[in-house]
Amino acid sequence: MGLFDKLKNKVKEAIEETKTSIRETVDNLRYDRLKEGLAKTREGLAEKIGVAARQGRKIDDALLDELEESLIMADVGADTTIQISDRLRDRVKAEGFKEASDLSRLLREEISALLKRSPSADNDRLFNIPEEKRPHVIMVVGVNGVGKTTTIGKLAYNYRNAGLKVLIGAADTFRAAANEQLEVWAERAGVEIIGQGQGADPAAVAFDTLQAAVSRGADVVIIDTAGRLHTKSNLMQELQKMSRVMKKIREHAPDEVFLVLDATTGQNAIQQAKEFTRAVEVTGLVLTKLDGTAKGGVVIAIANELSMPVRYIGVGERIDDLQPFNVDEFAEALFAFEETEEVKEG
Amino acid sequence: MFENLSAKLDAAIRRISGEARLTEENISEALREVRRALLDADVNFQVTRKFVDDVQKKALGRNVVASVTPGQMIVKIIYDELVELMGNNLAEIKMAPAGPTIIMMCGLQGSGKTTHSAKLASYFKGKGRQPFLVAADTYRPAAIDQLKTLGEQIGVPVFNLEGETPVTIAERSVVEAKRLGKDVIIIDTAGRLTIDEAMMEEVAKIKDRTRPNEILFVVDAMIGQDAVTTAKAFNDRLNFDGVILTKLDGDTRGGAALSIRSVVEKPIKFIGVGEKMEALELFYPDRMASRILGMGDVVSLVEKAQQQYDEAEARKLEEKFRKNQFTLEDFYQQLQQIKKMGSIRDLLGMLPGMDKAMKGVEVDDKAMGRLEAMITSMTKEERDKPEIINASRRKRIASGSGTTIQDVNRLLKQFDEMRKMMRQLSGGGMGRMAGMAAKGLMGRKR
Ligand SMILES: Nc1nc2c(ncn2[C@@H]2O[C@H](COP(=O)(O)OP(=O)(O)OP(=O)(O)O)[C@@H](O)[C@H]2O)c(=O)[nH]1
Ligand SMILES: Nc1nc2c(ncn2[C@@H]2O[C@H](COP(=O)(O)OP(=O)(O)O)[C@@H](O)[C@H]2O)c(=O)[nH]1
Ligand SMILES: [Mg+2]
Ligand SMILES: [Mg+2]
Repeated sequence: MGLFDKLKNKVKEAIEETKTSIRETVDNLRYDRLKEGLAKTREGLAEKIGVAARQGRKIDDALLDELEESLIMADVGADTTIQISDRLRDRVKAEGFKEASDLSRLLREEISALLKRSPSADNDRLFNIPEEKRPHVIMVVGVNGVGKTTTIGKLAYNYRNAGLKVLIGAADTFRAAANEQLEVWAERAGVEIIGQGQGADPAAVAFDTLQAAVSRGADVVIIDTAGRLHTKSNLMQELQKMSRVMKKIREHAPDEVFLVLDATTGQNAIQQAKEFTRAVEVTGLVLTKLDGTAKGGVVIAIANELSMPVRYIGVGERIDDLQPFNVDEFAEALFAFEETEEVKEG
Repeated sequence: MFENLSAKLDAAIRRISGEARLTEENISEALREVRRALLDADVNFQVTRKFVDDVQKKALGRNVVASVTPGQMIVKIIYDELVELMGNNLAEIKMAPAGPTIIMMCGLQGSGKTTHSAKLASYFKGKGRQPFLVAADTYRPAAIDQLKTLGEQIGVPVFNLEGETPVTIAERSVVEAKRLGKDVIIIDTAGRLTIDEAMMEEVAKIKDRTRPNEILFVVDAMIGQDAVTTAKAFNDRLNFDGVILTKLDGDTRGGAALSIRSVVEKPIKFIGVGEKMEALELFYPDRMASRILGMGDVVSLVEKAQQQYDEAEARKLEEKFRKNQFTLEDFYQQLQQIKKMGSIRDLLGMLPGMDKAMKGVEVDDKAMGRLEAMITSMTKEERDKPEIINASRRKRIASGSGTTIQDVNRLLKQFDEMRKMMRQLSGGGMGRMAGMAAKGLMGRKR
């Protein structure tokens, strides 16, 4: 295919505008499962810091360097790591801290402060949706394979448990068997799903879903979208179009746009957050796969640089493995020092 | 190519100027920048440290050649070292000496195993093989449907057994493939976390029962510091043979390539550059090195592009178009220009007015190579007067360039169309259009 065919297609794509829609959400999810998923990381941390403290280590450059290392190894990124450690050095000097045990607390405070500056803190009202705002539309976006569909299954389950009527829109019309995958999740969550076939216009699916939600009196609409790399502008425009057609039914739709990030992702996540935000109004982040060995520290960089709230974390593949994000717990779990020993040897 | 990094390095070194030799003192600041660049590219912290130490050793005492800046010099040393580390040679899949070749995929959730199982099947089919896909992910909802859909798309049969375990499915698939006379068996497995002992045990068991010729670790190029932990854990368990690095069609710097290579010392055999079945490419260490070092930011590329497409030349080209004198030789020159400017993909969308239209179009560097080969296989006369390229000349060009007659036909036809279009389009910026058109010949969409 030559250049001009391609240009023609581009134009066609741009012209073919459609309609679509969505929404919903609310209440109630317990914090008790929160700890489970991060237990491993936290134990590692406690142990390591315990070791440093038991050895009676003092705060010195070597210890601060180790700390920097562990932040970078957690994917926090060089920029934000340097910012944090500069703050620490200042505080150590100004406030006269000496013991290794102080340092761990300081670090946690700094990270919490950083995350709290982003509006992540008021996560307890997640499942409360005012009557007049229903259906509440949530659009879920992100790059390929991060866990959007799984997260939607979990979200639907949570909203349903909160006593709300949920409708899912299967607007990933690109990926092979995307519908089938989502159907399994909808069934597990006990909610309904609206979809068309593979290759259908995702905006049309979104529109249909929102329309159906209105006529069926659903409280929450969750729209799945195909994974897309943030560098593909035609696909980013597709998201804008989805959001646009939904507004034809409900002006406030989508009420929320969740960007799903895989905790194993490195610094590219910042690019992802930037570009998705440019295309659609991202209202919160979901960090998945925190049950693995990844630390997901890149959300700190994002919170720091883009001031974006983290809403949920995914800690497994089961339907109840989604938890509201807790700033303090995360900060604590983050600096797992397990590898530091190895670092010193290597 | 690395103006960004080398400029930074120059700035760092300038403080201690006047020295003609790289010393520990005058490069320490520069190496800090290198470290930073690597960390920003997600190269693992420990790998970075070791790498920078090695580079320092290599660089010390070297004389700075007069024609380059110390920064450029260091970048060159780093670049060479990176290329060397990531393996200089292309690594191919090990085929079974007799009987079917068995390939097993493994990796974390969502890394691209299923997609790349199908891409590989399609790749082998294109080589005249009889691939056979095995759906051994019984965990993920609709994983089997996904593979079946892809199998249908590429016309490759997919084996699965309702209600059986992945180990049994894999084991039985080999028997079935032999019965059907298939010669490449590709086993898709479920994504798993390395700390999930039961799941790691399972994949090890699949290995034991099927004895794959090739185990491929499939990893997302956007992976961060955890790449090392994960690759190591999979390698300890499976001793895999190679790596497929996926989702490189995005803008990740892909430092994982270096991390994984240095920690497990296994070659990267393929890269995934899109969701479509044909978006599978061989791995080239030199390109990856450029990418990790963050070659060419857009601004400097734009500047460069503007420099090189200077007005005079653009006008000359326009003139040629108008008079229908644009030849394959001119076209070839355009290709060279594009190449000089670095990665084609980075250049897309930079030229005025073309950015919107060209966005989302991916560029196939391989296609560029083919075009070049064809044109260089032509005589000067043929390039100047493409009209004279008759059937026997086409045949000669095709065999000279390792392409097919259809390829040559396509090139000539598109060139002809391009010429016509160019003539019709009036107004300025035509020289640029020619450059873009050249890229158009190589582009493809998702
Ligand atoms: N852009 C891009 N997307 C890719 C590439 N490879 C795979 N994908 C997409 O990434 C997502 C996950 O791919 P899968 O092939 O399902 O990954 P998997 O490893 O089999 O995932 P699990 O079975 O869930 O562990 C899908 O949306 C694919 O379309 C690639 O090279 N580039
Ligand atoms: N371990 C783990 N796996 C997850 C989590 N969330 C999703 N996954 C897995 O990641 C893969 C991709 O998920 P999917 O929802 O299809 O991603 P999508 O392409 O973004 O919709 C699947 O294999 C999921 O089971 C999580 O929190 N933890
Ligand atoms: Mg999905
Ligand atoms: Mg799969």
